[in-house]
Amino acid sequence: MTAVTLPPGQRRVREMSVRAGWGVLAWIVGIAFFLPVLWMVITAFKPESAAETWPPQFVFTPTLAEFHLVFSGMGPFLTHSVVATIGSTILVLLLGVPAAYALSVHPVKRWRDGLFFFISTKMLPIVAAIGPLYVIALKAHLLDSVWLLIILYTAMNLPLAVWMIRSFMLEVPKELLEAARLDGAGRIREISGVILPIISPGLVSTALICVIFAWNELFLALNLTVTNAATMPMYLISSVPQEGLYIAHLSAAATVASVPVILVGWIAQRSLVRGLSMGAIK
Amino acid sequence: MAVVETGAAPTPTVGIRPRKPGRGEGWQRRLPLLPALIYTVVVTQIPFLVTVWYSFQNYFFNVPEPAHFAGFSNYTTVFTNAAFRGSLVRSVVMTAASVIVAMILGVLFAVLLDRKFLGRGVVRTLIITPFLIMPAAAALVWSGPMLDPNFGLLNWLLEPFGVHHVAWLSTQALPSVIVVMIWQWTPFMTLIVLAGLQSQPPDTLEAAKVDGAGAFATFRELTIPHLRPYIELGILLGSIYLVNSFDAVRLMTNGGPGTSTTNLPFYLYQQVNFAFNVGGAAAAGVITVILTIIVATFALRLFARVFQFEEAGV
Repeated sequence: MTAVTLPPGQRRVREMSVRAGWGVLAWIVGIAFFLPVLWMVITAFKPESAAETWPPQFVFTPTLAEFHLVFSGMGPFLTHSVVATIGSTILVLLLGVPAAYALSVHPVKRWRDGLFFFISTKMLPIVAAIGPLYVIALKAHLLDSVWLLIILYTAMNLPLAVWMIRSFMLEVPKELLEAARLDGAGRIREISGVILPIISPGLVSTALICVIFAWNELFLALNLTVTNAATMPMYLISSVPQEGLYIAHLSAAATVASVPVILVGWIAQRSLVRGLSMGAIK
Repeated sequence: MAVVETGAAPTPTVGIRPRKPGRGEGWQRRLPLLPALIYTVVVTQIPFLVTVWYSFQNYFFNVPEPAHFAGFSNYTTVFTNAAFRGSLVRSVVMTAASVIVAMILGVLFAVLLDRKFLGRGVVRTLIITPFLIMPAAAALVWSGPMLDPNFGLLNWLLEPFGVHHVAWLSTQALPSVIVVMIWQWTPFMTLIVLAGLQSQPPDTLEAAKVDGAGAFATFRELTIPHLRPYIELGILLGSIYLVNSFDAVRLMTNGGPGTSTTNLPFYLYQQVNFAFNVGGAAAAGVITVILTIIVATFALRLFARVFQFEEAGV
């Protein structure tokens, strides 16, 4: 250890500069990682003629022209995305809360099997069933309908939500449940009066995670919808024309489509880890 | 599961009826689970059963002829089909490469973020953003503004290093797609590993320091073993999502050039949407599911272990 031989003052200086060095490195990494997002936002404010130049332009007169185009074109796509996202998230919570309760507070006998059944459905590749799914949707007259997306996104997010909500319910103090039971509270009152108020922050972060995944989903939407239920990711695809300049327009569309989820994620940062690890990490 | 039954104590004077786990009780417990269970079974299992059925049928969307029994012919076609095998291999390569690199970067970033420095919260926020951006947006922004041979930012950044207008998506298609997958999933790994680092009891690290252990030795001997379940969890969850990667392939390279970036999801998408071959896609799907089940069996066992570890650790 060379540091031991240094006088205390110098040692502190050394420690501080090492710390500052790590900080600078972290900042460089962070900015480098963020760069494509930053470039997307910058390009979105360019006039189309300034977006496809060599060398790339960093100084230009910003314009909102592309955003205006995006806002006037994305209407129906936005509506479908919002309906599919919110609809499926509500359905997930309605189904997930009771299920999580039955797997944690008053667990059914084979609660472990139940939990693993839910998670195992996440491992089945949905892509494998896409052809038959198309045929089923066609026969059920659900093809190109936002209802179909709600149904499928609910199934997609439900396992995650059950695991996550369960992990929050396990943290409800047993004494509170006991006390409620001694007061003669039934199951419903136990859930609505004791458990839900305590886990409500957890429910919010569960909902946010479901919103992120539903909002960003492309594969099912692309395969099973055309116009009546086409979502925001499909709007992005439609913003890339066969020919002509499109980079600024695409960047504006990508920015608009991503910003809601980026904001939600930034706000929910703290609970993101827990949600993504299905409640495994507190 | 130890459920404390209050009524078990001999206090008959109080007017609480002890809940005996009888038949009615069993149903009371099961009832809240049923809606979610039935929903999941219906929505996720029925399509797979139908997939099995179609895999034995000769059925094309674009042919007016109805589906008819085809025996194992779809399966023999799939097994002898080099395109299917190729896409399977590429799926494995893409998933493994992106998960491993994302995890290595994730560990490095997490170590950086675990230290105190000015603006740590901001840097953390910057690093998680690629995970939040819509995958379709990420793919399109990378393929256009970032990687375009004529005006892309990457070529400009690399110009001082002697790189001149490389057409990344046609000459380096597979690595380009993998880079975008890594870029999107590194934040996820970072967050999980960071949670592991921050759950490390500080007194153990102090003790190691007092004992004169160097920073690297401490990291190798104490931190890495402590991180192991977190790393396993990250790899497992990352693989579950990344093996289904479709957006980057579809929007950056459309599976090409040739079939050089066609992974399994994209191959199945093509079979249904362009070859209209429901039967063939179904057979390929069934094989995919069987392979997945084999992998998932191990994955689930790992899952059980990680979660037991976590619950015991509380």
